Amino acid sequence: MNTACYTPESTIIAGVNVHLHDTGDVNEDVKGLVSSAEDYTTVGNPFVESPRMKCREVSVDYSGKRAVFGVSLDIARNEVIAMIGPSGCGKSTFLRCLNRMNDTIPGCTVSGSITLDGMDIYDRKVDVVPLRAMVGMVFQKPNPFPKSIYDNIAYGPRIHGLAGSRSELDALVEDSLRKAGLWDEVKDQLDKPGTMLSGGQQQRLCIARTIAVSPEVILMDEPCSALDPIATARVEELIEELRDNYSIVIVTHSMQQAARVSQRTAYFHMGWLVEVGETDQIFTNPRHKLTENYITGRFG
Amino acid sequence: MTSTQLFITVALLACAGFFLGKKRAAIMRDSSGSHSSPGIRPHSTPVYYGFWVSLWAVIPALLVFVCEFVLKRFGHVPFSFRAGVAWEAVAVTSGIVCVIIAWLRLRPETRARNHIETGMNFLFMACATIAIFTTLGIVLSVIFESIRFFKVIPVQEFLFGLKWSPQVAIRPDQVGSTGAFGSVPVLAGTFLISFIAMAVAAPLGLMSAIYLSEYAGSRLRAWAKPCLEILAGIPTVVYGFFAALVVAPQVKAAGEILGLQVSSESALAAGLVMGIMIIPLVSSLSDDVISAVPQAMRDGSYALGATKAETIKNVVIPAALPGIVGGLLLAVSRAVGETMIVVMAAGLSANLTMNPLKAVTTVTVQIVTLLTGDQEFDSPKTLAAFALGLLLFILTLLMNIIALKIVRKYREQYE
Repeated sequence: MNTACYTPESTIIAGVNVHLHDTGDVNEDVKGLVSSAEDYTTVGNPFVESPRMKCREVSVDYSGKRAVFGVSLDIARNEVIAMIGPSGCGKSTFLRCLNRMNDTIPGCTVSGSITLDGMDIYDRKVDVVPLRAMVGMVFQKPNPFPKSIYDNIAYGPRIHGLAGSRSELDALVEDSLRKAGLWDEVKDQLDKPGTMLSGGQQQRLCIARTIAVSPEVILMDEPCSALDPIATARVEELIEELRDNYSIVIVTHSMQQAARVSQRTAYFHMGWLVEVGETDQIFTNPRHKLTENYITGRFG
Repeated sequence: MTSTQLFITVALLACAGFFLGKKRAAIMRDSSGSHSSPGIRPHSTPVYYGFWVSLWAVIPALLVFVCEFVLKRFGHVPFSFRAGVAWEAVAVTSGIVCVIIAWLRLRPETRARNHIETGMNFLFMACATIAIFTTLGIVLSVIFESIRFFKVIPVQEFLFGLKWSPQVAIRPDQVGSTGAFGSVPVLAGTFLISFIAMAVAAPLGLMSAIYLSEYAGSRLRAWAKPCLEILAGIPTVVYGFFAALVVAPQVKAAGEILGLQVSSESALAAGLVMGIMIIPLVSSLSDDVISAVPQAMRDGSYALGATKAETIKNVVIPAALPGIVGGLLLAVSRAVGETMIVVMAAGLSANLTMNPLKAVTTVTVQIVTLLTGDQEFDSPKTLAAFALGLLLFILTLLMNIIALKIVRKYREQYE
């Protein structure tokens, strides 16, 4: 690692930032930088004790073109971990590895190992169906099925046979909607189409739908990028509440959002995991030059 | 002066007007704002002034043509006016005069671009109107002829009569049947054959669409889809003799093995071949709506742990269903209107039967047989064709309206 990477212009760039970064501490930050812009080795400790998911040297190729380079990262229990980085940095691709959603993309190959509670999810014996029930996913654009609100929630439990009777299913739907904070808004219109709801409600419906199959990990791929600030605040509150029961991995382009909702933050760059650490430390005292450039508003 | 010459003259006049107007406007633009002639800058670019002047060559000619047509067709005008030469001279002279006036009156303030846009507006409107009025004309002529038919044969007899035998004596002394014009057997035949065709086309077309859009690899899809669509390009006559010469004998032979009485021309043979013919219509329309279901919908389902089959069954097909139903209804309209296959393979005899092994006839086939050969135009036999045509038109129109409604509803779903 190269500690002598300080250049005059980084002082200027660091000085521009006012929101996330205390301008008075520029010199201390600069001393904290431990990696140069050319060095993609992960800075910070990507490992935690008794992780829920363990990723080791995960690389992803799209028809021979490498998109993710040897990422090792643990996902702890009951934590929200944010993944940030410029567009095309591989954070969404990496996220989609965690529940094997990349299987549906032709020409995509994943190497390395990812385990969920000690089970290798890329083992040939593993069936993706129960895996995806355990690792749920919420997408960038709300994508409710063109069915009723009730059927949107009941869809997962039905295909996995989670509810034995109609009353059990009713209870499960109500419970999921309550956990997603949507119950009071939709309890009288469960038979209305899910597409009728507002964007923010649709996204919470999609979260409720994911919760309904009782996952252990919830992956969120820019869940608020299509929502207005009020709906975003509501979803962020929900993420905070969900942390009690689930591990949440969230990809976001909003650094404020990452700072608000997450306990740990991982910064991706050009397919490499460049830095990972406590969210407070990443945003106040980044140790990698690229991380600092990114969070201070300059693309690295 | 022939109409070709008139056309060329007007076109030349328009060209001349275009260049004259454009040149004048260009001069005005170049001289505007300079010290020698402090004129205003023209409102539009010179091209629009060119079009504006040439428009004045075309409009008088068109007006004169319309007047001539209307007066000659419907009006009573003095003989001297009817002579063709006078009209064409009027058209050309008025064109020349209008072009000169327009050219002289060309001012920088003339809002040429706005005038041209209005003119284009009228042009597009005229094109749309032609299509609408043609449809209207066809419908009206069918309706009027049908009214004449219904003066001879009561409507209720036509709609509810159970016997169709349109042979009538031409001369009073001729020995012949008196004719029976009950449309029920013909309609029943139409629906029977359409039903058989849809029973073949709906499952085959839908399943091939699901296979092509969801399961087939891109390379297979690239050649399989065009191959399937070639079926749509085969002329119906070819399907017709395929049905009559290949399928009908096979159906007959197969029926005999099972101990069934099959006539050599059967509804089954015609329906089967018609079904094959409609497959590409169903499959390509369904394929389009299935492909239009957003990938996000499938991802959402996969992310909940659904398999591909569950996703298709529970998410993709329900989302595409309105579009698929719309496509099926369009296919039914096509089946109801199909003629050639039925003429060749299902026969001409109007049996009122639901037995697909017997010969039946359809509305379209009856229209063809009623109107081919030497006919007396005011006999009920000939007029019956118009009544059948009207009936068919109303039926397919209703189906198309329903289909379009459903398709439109589907379109709104993902906005």
